[in-house]
Amino acid sequence: MTELLEPRAMGQSLVRRDGVDKVRGTATYAYETDVEHPVFCHPVQATIALGRVTAMDTAAAEALDGVLAVLTPFNAERLASTEDVEYAVLQSTEVAFRGQLIGVVVAETSELAREVADGITVTYAEQQHDSVLRTDHPGLYAPEQVNAGHPTDTAEGDVDAALAAAEVRIDHTYETQMLHNNPIEPHATTALWDPGAEVPLTLWDSTQGVHPDRAAVSQVFGLEEEQVRVVCPYVGGGFGSKGNPHANVMLATMAARALPGRPVKLALTRQQMFFLTGYRTPTIQRMQLGADSRGRLSAIAIDVVEQTSKVKEFAEQTGVPARMMYASPNRRSTHRLAPLDVPIPSWMRAPGECPGMFGPEVAMDELAEALGMDPVRLRILNEPEVDPDTKKPWSSRHLVECLREGAERFGWDTRGPGRRREGDWLVGHGVASSVYPTMRQATSTAAIRYRGGRYVVEIGAADLGTGAWTVLPQIAADALGVDVADVDVAIGDTRYPIASVAGGSSGTNTWGSAIVQAAREFRGKYGTDPRDGDEASGDVDQATMDDAHAAYAFGAQFTEVRVNADTGEIRVPRLIGVFAAGRIINPRTARSQLIGGMTMGLSMALHENSVFDTRVGQVANHDLAEYHITVNADVQQIEAHWLDEHDPHVNAMGAKGIGEIGITGTAASVVNAVRHATGVRVRGLPVTLDKVLAGLE
Amino acid sequence: MDAEVTLTVDGTRHQLPVDTRTTLLDLMRERLGVTSPKKGCDHGQCGACTVLLDGQRQLPCLALAVAHDGAEITTADGLAPAGELHPVQQAFLDNDAFQCGYCTPGQICSAVGVIDEVSRGWPSHATADLTGEVELSHDEVAERMSGNLCRCAAYVNIVPAVQQAGGAR
Repeated sequence: MTELLEPRAMGQSLVRRDGVDKVRGTATYAYETDVEHPVFCHPVQATIALGRVTAMDTAAAEALDGVLAVLTPFNAERLASTEDVEYAVLQSTEVAFRGQLIGVVVAETSELAREVADGITVTYAEQQHDSVLRTDHPGLYAPEQVNAGHPTDTAEGDVDAALAAAEVRIDHTYETQMLHNNPIEPHATTALWDPGAEVPLTLWDSTQGVHPDRAAVSQVFGLEEEQVRVVCPYVGGGFGSKGNPHANVMLATMAARALPGRPVKLALTRQQMFFLTGYRTPTIQRMQLGADSRGRLSAIAIDVVEQTSKVKEFAEQTGVPARMMYASPNRRSTHRLAPLDVPIPSWMRAPGECPGMFGPEVAMDELAEALGMDPVRLRILNEPEVDPDTKKPWSSRHLVECLREGAERFGWDTRGPGRRREGDWLVGHGVASSVYPTMRQATSTAAIRYRGGRYVVEIGAADLGTGAWTVLPQIAADALGVDVADVDVAIGDTRYPIASVAGGSSGTNTWGSAIVQAAREFRGKYGTDPRDGDEASGDVDQATMDDAHAAYAFGAQFTEVRVNADTGEIRVPRLIGVFAAGRIINPRTARSQLIGGMTMGLSMALHENSVFDTRVGQVANHDLAEYHITVNADVQQIEAHWLDEHDPHVNAMGAKGIGEIGITGTAASVVNAVRHATGVRVRGLPVTLDKVLAGLE
Repeated sequence: MDAEVTLTVDGTRHQLPVDTRTTLLDLMRERLGVTSPKKGCDHGQCGACTVLLDGQRQLPCLALAVAHDGAEITTADGLAPAGELHPVQQAFLDNDAFQCGYCTPGQICSAVGVIDEVSRGWPSHATADLTGEVELSHDEVAERMSGNLCRCAAYVNIVPAVQQAGGAR
């Protein structure tokens, strides 16, 4: 148990502190850093999916006025560490996937850099690539573990026997599509290498964590961390794709080191992002459920097949949420990876939970239908008393309350047997659960200084639009027992104490815990009447960490869809989510985060789809005209509500994470509503007109 | 090839030679130090760079600077004097109509354009009655703002912000 802070500033709907700068456009993002005489980079990418670069003709390019450097695998500096192949840019002529970086042009203007980069003739020795994900891929393997340190496979009881004995069985295969994070700010860096300076390398980089970014760059270039400064006050969205640096950051650094004293700027184009900045792997999920005729689950099994790049493993933990959502004595989960000649998958909002709450939550709907039971009731009936996976008690679990309140707010009791028609439109209602683990990172330090009658909190945290600029002062104010107006916060710079990545919905939990600890240290040292210049710091690892409980945020999402009976057009007039995510520190920014996640879930359900052309090994629709994300006119009523949940086990704020839970379960809720409206069961995302039309009479 | 152009951006007059391949967006961001308009796609697909060009909302990533000699541009930073906010900017703050802020200056310039277009009675795909007055209804705003992508997905807050600033009922 942790002593919960008395909420005074926490719980207030304060306006974003960075709001004025953002509505004027004066908040400065990485590429926009004001530097003297910048030069501009344009990357060169491989145009084969597998093979080797045999020659690059750069002579004409290098001779052009205004071209300052042309770096290729044949002349680039040798890196200190090539352990992570993604970061080993220009270290080898081998090409592992189409679009891989094989060069960079640095020039006095961006127009010239691009012209020259596009004009370089590259000769290849091409090999036959393999980029087709399939469940009978001969190279399928079990990784040592899946992401976040979870075991690859789990088993308890006898699933096969339970399925054989079950009165009702569900056995279907569900597929989620390849998805690209696509933050609106492209991955960008301004880099300055000044070898004579005390800190020779400065990167103004768009990143979800300046310290993890610095650690990676230092290692790759053989620098001490103290020789590198990373600055990032604002991030134009990340959604996981800026959670660790990608190859572009190393390329920008390399370009800067080739031109000492000249700041270089490198922003990926939207098209380049589809090759280089990660994506969510497509998944194939075989789901089996067994139950008795009253709806009690006797077996839950999920077998996942998904892809990784051959050269760098990424094992999406898709089967993990099915391990803990519902009670069943017999349970199994497996993950198998197909190693392919494809770009490297990476983090995307709720990795694991997002795709992993699709198959299971649709399967639960199918089971409810097979039982002739209300899907809300089926979920409530299978509520586990403790975490079925670890057997630990829940720190708090209010899924049932979320389902009940959501049903009430939505008007679920008016839901009929389905196939309700209003004019040309078929109307249906669907539900699914949401979940996200409550995580705290191991490393973060906050410093608090008293200066000029104000408290200044310093921590290298990141605000990707999540509200950290606004929320961290609220936590600090309550931890110090002062007015929030008397607290300043400084984030986004490695000059401040070390902070963990803004990922896994762990930022507020981790950084907030460090701030609370720093406040305790400060008050312990100086009491309530400090002198100017007094300073103290605190670490997250000093804060109580409760390993005895399973800690998760839960939620329920209710969807109304309307499907046009003639065209199959799908509209979502209402999407209502109710969440139990501990204390909400700033309702204004929290609501935006939850709604943002739900909308991205709607986007996954209906719009987004990276269509991989396996003949050439690339995403065919690699821009924002063809990779559709939900736009304003696609959204009607989306509401996020939350329960007043008090969890004394998670941290002193009583707060869980809210950045990712909103996207979990949404797509299942939509698919379930489409089924209710039309009778068509779609098991592969996204739900498009053709899939629905094929099943309409 | 270079050409001399003269432009006014947020009230400041600039006269300079530009590469004829330079877009208005790159001219502002890379030559003039005007970074309020954001680059999200460079292809007119995301709307992040939206500015008011001679009074109308336009995408400077799709406009060559050399073709706009003499143009007058207003970015989100030029909508109100320093220390003050335009009603649309205030409405975005009031409604928390953004998160990361990267698409925001474009959304705001677009919204200023939308309010003006509706007040002139210009219809859209969402306008049911082409002969009557156009109102700033949810559907009108959502339709007209759909050229401005927001990956943080603040759409449900953007619509009421635009309605508030436009004085809709």
